[in-house]
Amino acid sequence: MTTETTTLHAQGASPHLGESLGREAWRRLKQNRAAMASLVLLTLIAVACLVGPWLTPWGLNEVDWTAFSAPPSLADGHYAGTDANGRDLLTRTLYGGQISLSVAVVATFVSLVIGVLYGAVAGYVGGRVDTLMMRFVDIMYSLPFMFMVILLMVVFGRHILLIYAAIGAVEWLDMSRIVRGQTLALKRREFVEAARALGVRGRTIVTRHLIPNTLGPVIVYVTLTVPKVILLESFLSFLGLGVQEPMTSWGVLISEGVDMMQGAPWLLLVPSTFLALTLFCLNFLGDGLRDALDPRTR
Amino acid sequence: MPHPLLELNRLRVDFALPHGRVTAIKDVSFSLQAGETLALVGESGSGKSVSATAILRLLPEMALPSGTIRWHGNQDEEDLLSVPYKRMRRIRGNEISMIFQEPMTSLNPLQRIGRQIREVLDKHTSLRGAAANARVIDLLEQVGIPDPHRRATSYPHELSGGQRQRVMIAMALACEPKLLIADEPTTALDVTVQAQILALLKELQQRYGMAILFITHDLGIVRHFADRVCVMRHGEVVESAPTQELFECPRHDYTRMLIDAEPHGSKPPVPSSAPVMLDAKDLRVRFALKKRLFRPNEVFEAVRGIDLTIRKGQTVGIVGESGSGKSTLGRALLRLLESSGDIRFEDTELTHLDSSQLRPLRARMQVVFQDPFGSLSPRLTVGEIVGEGLRVHYPELTRRQRTERVVQALEEVSLDPTMRQRYPHEFSGGQRQRIAIARALVLKPQFLLLDEPTSALDRSVQATVIELLRTLQQRHELTYLFISHDLAVVRALADTVLVMWEGRIVEQGETEALFREPREPYTRELMRAAFLDQAA
Repeated sequence: MTTETTTLHAQGASPHLGESLGREAWRRLKQNRAAMASLVLLTLIAVACLVGPWLTPWGLNEVDWTAFSAPPSLADGHYAGTDANGRDLLTRTLYGGQISLSVAVVATFVSLVIGVLYGAVAGYVGGRVDTLMMRFVDIMYSLPFMFMVILLMVVFGRHILLIYAAIGAVEWLDMSRIVRGQTLALKRREFVEAARALGVRGRTIVTRHLIPNTLGPVIVYVTLTVPKVILLESFLSFLGLGVQEPMTSWGVLISEGVDMMQGAPWLLLVPSTFLALTLFCLNFLGDGLRDALDPRTR
Repeated sequence: MPHPLLELNRLRVDFALPHGRVTAIKDVSFSLQAGETLALVGESGSGKSVSATAILRLLPEMALPSGTIRWHGNQDEEDLLSVPYKRMRRIRGNEISMIFQEPMTSLNPLQRIGRQIREVLDKHTSLRGAAANARVIDLLEQVGIPDPHRRATSYPHELSGGQRQRVMIAMALACEPKLLIADEPTTALDVTVQAQILALLKELQQRYGMAILFITHDLGIVRHFADRVCVMRHGEVVESAPTQELFECPRHDYTRMLIDAEPHGSKPPVPSSAPVMLDAKDLRVRFALKKRLFRPNEVFEAVRGIDLTIRKGQTVGIVGESGSGKSTLGRALLRLLESSGDIRFEDTELTHLDSSQLRPLRARMQVVFQDPFGSLSPRLTVGEIVGEGLRVHYPELTRRQRTERVVQALEEVSLDPTMRQRYPHEFSGGQRQRIAIARALVLKPQFLLLDEPTSALDRSVQATVIELLRTLQQRHELTYLFISHDLAVVRALADTVLVMWEGRIVEQGETEALFREPREPYTRELMRAAFLDQAA
């Protein structure tokens, strides 16, 4: 069957000759409706979080003395209700989105870059270097996460950047293991050997032949990392190590909402809808990207 | 004439793919008498495997078969395409059984051999307990597994490829089927093992009087093994005739082409005064099997002291079975693997050069690998793949100059240069191998290592690749080191042959002389197994 499908591809000659991989991938992504809808929705959420707080009638820390735990209503401008302290929930959710999304993007990006490079190098070089590099990863794994965060606090003081650093420092470990495993399998393939026979430098083999071929599992893993990072941040904040009042994040809002679930369900529903929608879109977008970037799925 | 055991009548299989229907086979009709061997021959994609799997209804779900498959088994005549699923399960493994190409993956790696055979007995016979165990041992004995009592408790990984295929045959025979479908059962095996398996199948067929439907692409086996032959192409049977008749006077052009595609021709030796291109002395390659911290590593020596001289313009063929160390030797000569001993390439001693000192030499010695699917990076376009060597060795070239040379190289291997923007998966096996050759040629090397470059290709494609290699050798005065397990190809292409076995050279000499009068017993055995058709 493989040969038959191959010839099918060859016959149904692609009319898009001479396109770069990027433009080609974009064209294929556009054909994927679920991915495109997700991309649009994700952009809307991000823009709302950035611009929204200025448009809502209430500020982040502004207390409405006439409405404590008030349900959503259009009349007084609390479109998503207020919390127990009389602060506007929609405003706080949008502000929280700024923190959650930026943590997600920065920490995931950091883990992606470090993890992919580290794993690919360890896997490609192999031997003693590989053993040393991976034992270092094991040691990092075995350090308690909380201990590391507290240590960082002691040394550098409390700062939002620390959250990025701490989460990034943990998340790249998984990524490097995944990429190393992929690389080990890939480097036995003949195209890598052919590249070596051409005299291609090790650095180029890693960046040009190995890393692009690990993209599939990497993208899938990234879409799993983002929710993990958002939840990790809320966990830190919950313990008082992350963002501090009056600043907030989706994770903090949700954990507060859980406490008020019976009396004021909107406190849980609004921020968790934002979070769920974001994660949902990321999953579809990740799937779409993986397919679009793989020339074989054309 | 008695009722045929099996009769396919206008069988057609369509596949419902996301982008429409594709017809895999159309209008296939043939019949098979009890005790007869029918060979289904064709190249990849001809629909021979689809036809065979349709008989047992093992097609994937998206397949839509139509037509009739009449079966005269233990019961009255029935149509296998429409019998209820329950009845089909009674037929599978009991009246009709099947063996597959890949003995490495057709057995469950986590279960003992004996248990896997017993599973068949449990399903289809009333044998239980000690009687079933005795039957398992008996079956293993019949398929020639030594020490069957011990082997029944072995796991598949403890057996060699040939033994695994024997176990598969034992499973297939467990219920003494009326029909055995063998889908390329020897393709993954070495020639000597292949000869043993074929002899075993013949013997068992006579003992049980079963019919065999034998699917293969190898005409040598067909000539030796089958009573009748159906030649398939593009999902149709183009010719069907008794074996001898088919080989003596093929009626259809395609059949004639297939028979002619067996490699032929020969290469005259170069004068012994030709300058030496590559010279190796006492070459050894060791692999560490188990690394230990404080004791010496456990090592396996894959290449055990080989002396080798290749002269300019020569084609040196290395033959041997899998595990003989022939590929390892080739890689070590190009310093893709660490080795001990001396290697000289023209005037340069390679042994002590590091990778940056080797780099300028890499342009002059290139390599083409076996697997046309694995040797091209799936995420680069053909143009990028072929141009990669130019980036390394001629970084001063502009984009346009590089493209020019890529186009030239693609034209040289008769590929349309406008296809350079495409990705490897859009090409067929033969085209991919041409791309791999173009990648090597673009640097204008003097020496090419060809590691089984034709083994994964259909015979007719193989013939064109061999022709291409010949032309290129003449045009560019190339020197080849040609590694293959396929003696017919080596005979057609090489002027000198080395026979390898367990990391050593057993015999070497000029091709014609060596093939006509092999001196060593191992070489003789190899030739006997490979030239089945001539022995017949």
